Amino acid sequence: MTLLELTVVTASYGPLQVLDGVSLSVPEGGSVGILGANGAGKTTTLRAISGTVRTGGRIRFDGRDIRGLRPDQVAALGIAHVPEGRGTLGQLSVRENLLVGAYLRKDRKAVAGDIDYCLDLFPQLQDRVGSRAAALSGGEQQMLAVGRAFMAKPKLLLLDEASLGLAPSTAKAVYEAIRRLRLESGIAMLVVEQNANLAFSLVDTATVLETGRNVLTGSSAELKGMDEIRRAYLGG
Amino acid sequence: MGTFIQLVVDGLATGSIYAALALAIVLVNQATGLINFAQGGMAVLSAYIAYVFVQLGLPLLLAIIISVVLSFLFGALVERFLLRRFERGDPDTAVVVTIGLLTLVTGISAVLWGYNNLAFPSLFPLTSVEILGAVVSVRSLATAVTIVVIMVVLQLLFLRTKLGLALRAVADNPASAAFSGLPVGRLLMVGWGLAATLGAIAGVLVAPQLTLTPGMLDTALVYALAAVILGGLSSPIGCVVAASAIGVLENLVAVYIPLIGHDLKIAVPFALIFVILIIRPQGLFGRKVVVRV
Repeated sequence: MTLLELTVVTASYGPLQVLDGVSLSVPEGGSVGILGANGAGKTTTLRAISGTVRTGGRIRFDGRDIRGLRPDQVAALGIAHVPEGRGTLGQLSVRENLLVGAYLRKDRKAVAGDIDYCLDLFPQLQDRVGSRAAALSGGEQQMLAVGRAFMAKPKLLLLDEASLGLAPSTAKAVYEAIRRLRLESGIAMLVVEQNANLAFSLVDTATVLETGRNVLTGSSAELKGMDEIRRAYLGG
Repeated sequence: MGTFIQLVVDGLATGSIYAALALAIVLVNQATGLINFAQGGMAVLSAYIAYVFVQLGLPLLLAIIISVVLSFLFGALVERFLLRRFERGDPDTAVVVTIGLLTLVTGISAVLWGYNNLAFPSLFPLTSVEILGAVVSVRSLATAVTIVVIMVVLQLLFLRTKLGLALRAVADNPASAAFSGLPVGRLLMVGWGLAATLGAIAGVLVAPQLTLTPGMLDTALVYALAAVILGGLSSPIGCVVAASAIGVLENLVAVYIPLIGHDLKIAVPFALIFVILIIRPQGLFGRKVVVRV
């Protein structure tokens, strides 16, 4: 079953067109990567889905058209976006950030359990539950951002450059936790990642973007080591 | 000694006027990240609306309730149709817009009701009681109690309720809050509506004492802003404590330091702010804003 399907999606910031017909699909419980050089339109593709950029084409999620919805309406349908640069709520505590993630949920008891799950998934956050998010390290903020997205119990997680600005070992730890989250929760994921090794550790299939279009789509195994991939990452 | 206690008690009474307005300013700041300079002007408009309904023969309490409800709507509409256009841009622009709004609202009050002082009936009896040798009017006492109740309710709203959490999340980072499904626009409207409600309560509480004029709260706004800065923008309790301190201090200084007297006493809270902000930039009770890049 297809959960998310983009058909020839275009997007522009003012007069600047960034997406020029991107198509991709994410099956239920699947994990798909978006690869490509800087400026290829990876982040914009995620923003098109979550409703934070003006878009054309067709975006279907869970059997309904979601193009043109507001970000909070998209979130309410079960899509959680972890934006580039984390977007934690700096003046709120770690616990409050997680509670904001669960804002739309009505099952209060399960929410408490899921907070414990987040802290188990990211043990570094355990001592920091009362600290304000702005006081956390970059890695801890990234963990918190992922944890907050999980708290919404989404069907689909949009993950944008979770390794950005992190030390390699921290980035690896973050991805290991996300992989565990995927296995244990079955949440589908659409992953933008510059680091190919990290990306392939998490996704089953991937599509490569170049100047706002798909140029290649295949399974992780097929794509690993292909010349186009190297070119895409090096921007050549 | 009798004079001293009387001055302190009177100071606390005026302080509670500043506190009422300061609480509304803190509420808007916590819920939207802005400082609303029009808060006082909007509160005066609310008091005029209550006045109109009293003139129509409605009981005072009912008139106040109607005014409070209308104020909520007015605050929400101001956010939706005026501030909404400026929220995504530079916060400084939005603050200047609120100053313009203050001028506009004050002007509207003046056009509709003129500049003459109007007598506004008090909710509380005008009798006084004696506490520690000082004469305290029941009205001042009741006003102070009302302010403390509102302060506690606000503190609980922000720290203990889901709505409060959502309001703070939206003020912190609206774009990020939307990713968790928070209806940002509606929450901002609620924040402004609640602040206008609070302003309305402040307006009708102090109108009997100050008598109703379009500029009734202009001076109080200055003191309220001082209290907000002094107490910390994020702390309802802090701004009430600061407002009371300012009320008491200006009274004592005016009488005991002849050099300052009644003419210069408005400068006192600002001298105090100057000193305190050098020592504690986040205000007495505020939380330090930490930004990591």
